[in-house]
Amino acid sequence: MKYLKQLAIILLVSLLAEILEYIIPLPVAASVYGLVLMLVGLITHIIPLEKVEGAADFLVQNISILFIPSTVGIMACVEELKQMVIPLLVISFVTTILIMVVTGKVSQFIIRRKAAKE
Amino acid sequence: MKEFITQSVYFGVVITFIGYEIGLLLQKKFKTALMNPLLIAAILIIGVLVLLDVPYEEYNKGAGYISFFLTPATVSLAIPLYRQLSILKKYPLAIFGGIIAGVLTAMVSIWLLSLGFGLNHEQYVTLLPKSITTAIGMGISDKMGGIVTLTVVAISITGISGNVLCEAILKLFKITEPIAKGLAIGTSAHALGTAKAMEIGEIEGAMSSLAIVVTGIVTVLSVSVFAKFI
Repeated sequence: MKYLKQLAIILLVSLLAEILEYIIPLPVAASVYGLVLMLVGLITHIIPLEKVEGAADFLVQNISILFIPSTVGIMACVEELKQMVIPLLVISFVTTILIMVVTGKVSQFIIRRKAAKE
Repeated sequence: MKEFITQSVYFGVVITFIGYEIGLLLQKKFKTALMNPLLIAAILIIGVLVLLDVPYEEYNKGAGYISFFLTPATVSLAIPLYRQLSILKKYPLAIFGGIIAGVLTAMVSIWLLSLGFGLNHEQYVTLLPKSITTAIGMGISDKMGGIVTLTVVAISITGISGNVLCEAILKLFKITEPIAKGLAIGTSAHALGTAKAMEIGEIEGAMSSLAIVVTGIVTVLSVSVFAKFI
């Protein structure tokens, strides 16, 4: 019963998020509105952490399985993939390394500058 | 009999669960990011569907019930983020500075490379959200008119490269602060990278999982601007 109630709260936030997606004319998916709503709910204690964390942890721990159906969808868009397979591979790989280096260097610089000041 | 089984809505759900379990077993056995349960499951399921001559639409009649939980699961990402808010308050500049720099690098480099490859708008917005968590990335791709499935593929390739290469790259570029290491991994390689960050250390793991959600949100905002460039 406990988990059912927790899931109901998470689903309610998801529903509110879909309403927001419908009203707000921005290219933002409902799930992102929901994430922000939930975070605000937790910070303001409108939603107490212990009222959602059991079901939420279960969903987050198993989130990978939720992507399988859409990944299998690749069999329905082989043509689109063929048209961009090389750019897709190159861009995915190269930018990952660039982002890693820039993020690491910038935050390391800020941390060390702060440490030097202190 | 075959038609009866494959047309049942439970068929899609069951083969998805079985595929994922096999993926998890292989990952445990070989302990390498190349053995990604999501990819293994997808390859096995496609194999089964092709073998049984079941079209994707029929599989998805059942498997669609799994996708139903994507929005609630993304909403639930707020819970781990909430638990880490104290770290966020302690190092706001390093965290936001690093992540914003990383997201801008992502946007600019994907834009320039897409120009170089001569990609069209649909292909470009398919790749724009490639470094963030699948849950948020799929939403962005869909909203912008990208090919959601290929976004998922790009996100998986990104995560696997990040997971496999991060230790060598961070060492090569002398990124040694645990906070900076965690942020670098989470911002570039989302949850798959974070799995490795957790092995490296506790601070690295916490920073990396914090970076997943913050990067996702910052990317949502930046994509709406960058999507107009091609």
